[in-house]
Amino acid sequence: MNGDWRRLDKRAVPVAAVTMVGVAFLAGVPSAIGLSGISVGVALAWVLPGAVVVIAAGAGAAWLDWRFTRYQVGAERVEVRSGVLIRNRRSLQRDRIRTVDVTADPLQRVFGVVTVRIGTGEHSKGGTVQLRPVARATGDELRRVLLARVSTSVPADGRLATFDLGWIRYAPLSFLAPALGAAAVGGLFNVADWFGRVEGLVGWAIDLLAGLGLIGAIAVLVAVTLLIGTIGALGFWIEMWWAYRLDREAGGTLRVRRGLFTTRSISVEEERLRGVDVVEALGTRLAGAARVDAVATGLPTTVEDNKADQRTLLPAVPRALADRVAADVLREEVSPTAAVVLSPHPIAARGRRVRWALATVLAGELPLIVLGVLLTEVLLHVAWITAALALPIALVLAVDAYRSLGHGRVGGYLVTRSGTIRRSTVALQRRGIIGWTVRQSAFQRRAGLATVWATTAAGAGAYAIRDVGAETGLAAADAAVPGLLTPFLAPLPDSRPVTDETVAESTAAGEA
Amino acid sequence: MAGEPVATSAAPVQPGAVLLRPPTNPVDRRAVGWWTVNLLIGFAVPVVVLVVLGLLITPARFWLFTPAVVIAFAGLAAVLALPRWWFRVHRWEVTDTAVYTRTGRFWQEWRVAPLSRIQTVDTRRGPLEQRFGLATVVVTTASAKGAVTMPGLARDVAEEIAERLTVTTQAIPGDAT
Repeated sequence: MNGDWRRLDKRAVPVAAVTMVGVAFLAGVPSAIGLSGISVGVALAWVLPGAVVVIAAGAGAAWLDWRFTRYQVGAERVEVRSGVLIRNRRSLQRDRIRTVDVTADPLQRVFGVVTVRIGTGEHSKGGTVQLRPVARATGDELRRVLLARVSTSVPADGRLATFDLGWIRYAPLSFLAPALGAAAVGGLFNVADWFGRVEGLVGWAIDLLAGLGLIGAIAVLVAVTLLIGTIGALGFWIEMWWAYRLDREAGGTLRVRRGLFTTRSISVEEERLRGVDVVEALGTRLAGAARVDAVATGLPTTVEDNKADQRTLLPAVPRALADRVAADVLREEVSPTAAVVLSPHPIAARGRRVRWALATVLAGELPLIVLGVLLTEVLLHVAWITAALALPIALVLAVDAYRSLGHGRVGGYLVTRSGTIRRSTVALQRRGIIGWTVRQSAFQRRAGLATVWATTAAGAGAYAIRDVGAETGLAAADAAVPGLLTPFLAPLPDSRPVTDETVAESTAAGEA
Repeated sequence: MAGEPVATSAAPVQPGAVLLRPPTNPVDRRAVGWWTVNLLIGFAVPVVVLVVLGLLITPARFWLFTPAVVIAFAGLAAVLALPRWWFRVHRWEVTDTAVYTRTGRFWQEWRVAPLSRIQTVDTRRGPLEQRFGLATVVVTTASAKGAVTMPGLARDVAEEIAERLTVTTQAIPGDAT
């Protein structure tokens, strides 16, 4: 593998050709139907040559790409040369390579090829190269060779988690289900529009639901939408997570493999791991489940690489299992996210969340009220009915958001939790903290609160202890990374402190 | 903090009762001039555009002059108040172990970056900053959440800091993650 310049796999050309057949079919069928109004002959005369041109162009481009792309895995660097008119040279230093991800979409699987993405995790654009496609065996070999440089003294300890079909019960609880349902209904109207049958569709639905009255009809429509969405979410989950397994390989690399049609292999070097993020979306949290994401440096952070997708080590599973896998991933007895005793935050933080909830509802209702006063009373009724529904939900979420707040320290980890719709409990290795950012708005100052961000090279770049008591938060930060913040902390009576109002206010609040 | 605040303020501070002190150094006095000119330009451009349009398009004159006057007054207030305000709230400090900055007042922000985690140190000088003999020091760490910046420093001070930080950080091994 070392030294020689190699080509991508030539099967790139048939893969591109088949893809273009699909594109031509999708674009061609509606056009053909549209043109067949004139005559079938005219429709075919326009569409068939068009399809041939599209397919030939796609295959030709793929061939040119294949012809002009070379890559080399040298002792020091990986180099890729590509480009027909403008020659590109990408080169990655081998000791900077952090991730080698292997994916294969269904078409690639049929042809026995894979896409290999090699990343250094640098935020700049030159941090990733993509080899598309190479033979499946070559992909595995690249992954092994490029990640092997890490000390092989760490033994593989095998499987950390294995696919369980029972986890699928959490799939419909995500926000994906209603979104997919709505998308399906939208898609139905779109197809009806191609055939000019929208009125027919609406009329058919009205006839069907006429006996139910307005409320009944709406309930049935919502139920059908949700049902479709649920089926979609189940299918989506199976495609994403089928044959999931999480392994620790020799050298301590964590490897996730999963996927039904598109297979994915995602590797996270252990020495890049700075912690875990246990994520509980509202629905899955109510069902007692949680997802585990890696907090690691060098994972792709560009927009085109789906972030959450790359970081997820474990899909939503029962909370106890999530904690166990998190513990195994971090090589701890008990996951710090479970072992920690979180200190709650001052009650003033609840007031802030309740005010945000009220403001959000008000902002939503204001246009209705204004238009209602100006135009028609109906909107006023809509306003109070929606407010009566939204207000309790908003208040419950606000209180829940407050109860979710917390921070703590356990062993080598700083643990911080926040959020309600997406509650996230982050355990961050204290040695992975590379600085602090303390923010305090005028409102927070009056309430004696501050938000303390631990900055890190990993994951989102910074994790917050939100709306913590100003003194408590700083003390927690100082204790988490001893010495870093200490020179900048001022004891209360000293030279006019920056936040002297904070103390006065929080003292007053504490006594009130 | 419960009990009598008067008594506690004289007594030794309780553990846990901690605050951030302001960084030692203010920005250079000339930064007030730099920010003033910056704001003047920022506000002058829309005002001039609106006035010129108002002179050319007679029927819409009222609708062009009114916002121009509003923007001009807002700009005047900002130009008079903000630079002095910023001068008071922006502070910085470089110790043997860390870079420490404070910005803002309504949204106050303190940032600490240890020297051992600094990746690059740059000085930046825009054309206006050059005029005022100023420079901005930009300190980047491996965090994706952005660099620590120290704007409005005298040029020689900025260069000296950048030099010192570069030497210190190069002496520390590892890739600062």
